[in-house]
Amino acid sequence: MATGQTFDIVVVGAGPAGLAAAIEAAKRGARTLVVDENNKPGGQLFKQIHKFFGSHEHRAGVRGYDIGRQLLDEAAKCGVEVWLDAVVHGLFDSRLAVLHAGRQVTVQAGRIILATGASENAVAFPGSTLPGVMGAGAIQTMINVHRVLPGKRFVMLGSGNVGLIVCYQLMQAGAEVLAVVEAMPSIGGYGVHAAKIRRAGVPILVGTTISRVVGQGKVEAVVLATLGPDGRIDPQSERTLAADTVGLAVGLTPLTELAWMAGCEFFFSPKLGGHLPLHDENMLTSLPYLYVAGDITGVEEASTAMEEGRLAGIAAAESLGLVEAAAAATDKAAVRQRIDVLRSGPFGEGRRLAKAEILQQQALRSGQGGESWKA
Amino acid sequence: MRVEKHPVLGDREVGRLVTISVDGAEIEAVEGEPIAAALLAQGMIVMRRTPRFGEPRGVFCGIGRCTDCAMTVDGVPNVRTCVTPVKAGMVITSNLKGGGE
Ligand SMILES: Cc1cc2nc3c(=O)[nH]c(=O)nc-3n(C[C@H](O)[C@H](O)[C@H](O)COP(=O)(O)OP(=O)(O)OC[C@H]3O[C@@H](n4cnc5c(N)ncnc54)[C@H](O)[C@@H]3O)c2cc1C
Ligand code: FES
Repeated sequence: MATGQTFDIVVVGAGPAGLAAAIEAAKRGARTLVVDENNKPGGQLFKQIHKFFGSHEHRAGVRGYDIGRQLLDEAAKCGVEVWLDAVVHGLFDSRLAVLHAGRQVTVQAGRIILATGASENAVAFPGSTLPGVMGAGAIQTMINVHRVLPGKRFVMLGSGNVGLIVCYQLMQAGAEVLAVVEAMPSIGGYGVHAAKIRRAGVPILVGTTISRVVGQGKVEAVVLATLGPDGRIDPQSERTLAADTVGLAVGLTPLTELAWMAGCEFFFSPKLGGHLPLHDENMLTSLPYLYVAGDITGVEEASTAMEEGRLAGIAAAESLGLVEAAAAATDKAAVRQRIDVLRSGPFGEGRRLAKAEILQQQALRSGQGGESWKA
Repeated sequence: MRVEKHPVLGDREVGRLVTISVDGAEIEAVEGEPIAAALLAQGMIVMRRTPRFGEPRGVFCGIGRCTDCAMTVDGVPNVRTCVTPVKAGMVITSNLKGGGE
């Protein structure tokens, strides 16, 4: 194995959380490296061509890929080093094993910030392995980044924001969307996104699921069924749509393998997508060199991911003695205030409570009160 | 199918066009795009068959995690085509008889 280089801070993942973390760390004088397994930096941002929701402070109304470009420019200006086509596949204390463009290297880090994001959930039904059944994120990358339509007539399973947005973007790309199917009794995503779909004449069928997908070697038809009050499929209600592609938008799960490998403590939060690395209000895990930020700490949004990244970047630089405690405290307080705003309102409140639970757990287990989130 | 025109992204910028061979057929692809994107653009959606039961599989996750899109590329078996960029003259075969055995 090639003996590698040493950095003050190594960030894993060049999505919004990782880039924001690297910028804050580098601004404070840390020699910072960001590694991402993709050939393009930006994480989820580069496939998001819609105007972002959220408050104006958080660049709502700006399209995802523009936010990505701004972050990249800033990172370059601050002297952040970025390695692409670089998979981190092992953590040995504060050493990282990286496969960079086919070459194996180790990197020694003073602090590590994991910002690996989340991966899409799958759901099984008869025919779900047929070619033509795809994750909604995979469809989004194909149409918006590579400009390829993987099919002509789509059915989307899941009416959260991801399902709704990808349906709208499919129509922008020239595809036909036959229906959005939602097992729950009501639409999961924001009203604005649902309204756009409905205005385009696409039905959003709640209380409905895909009972099976049929076809010879590929998707040829999708059989829908209504769910009865007992949550079971009502066979009488089955009807068939002649779709050739099915999108699955049934939630995301934090990508936590490296955190498990490092051996930090975890916490189970169904609301935030599953098992999450426990962290304190500085985004520090139970290990003194390991920080986390973004969807890995609970599936939320790019806006919160960036703020968490900033927090982790400032805190990691502070822990290396690169900034004075008073200056860091002021900067962190400002970030926390913005996060609180993001986690307010009818959609944010649930996430705020779930996040507060993580901090409480961390405080309990470490036996410390910790700095208060709300100053 | 390629998305040529787009209300937000504008017209597609075509990169360098190259030829690759897929199960003996010559197809046009854009250099640097994932192999899977080039195949999907041609309507080729079956990338491999499972070793034991011969069931077809195609792109599922698109981010290199599920391995459903694995094919043999220039003699190397089980290459994830959704994260492997196209190079001119690549010879690709679906693992139709299954796996690397
Ligand atoms: C369809 C859709 C629409 C959305 N719309 C909005 C919106 O309007 N507003 C909003 O605020 N949010 C939105 N989001 C959510 C937002 O995109 C995510 O919350 C955000 O991208 C999370 O950022 P992140 O940096 O944590 O992770 P990601 O953006 O997922 O980045 C993680 C990066 O880590 C890399 N990585 C992972 N593991 C490794 C490893 N082992 N080695 C090297 N690299 C690794 C990955 O390649 C990836 O680039 C949307 C999401 C989707 C899917
Ligand atoms: S589609 Fe999942 S690895 Fe390629």
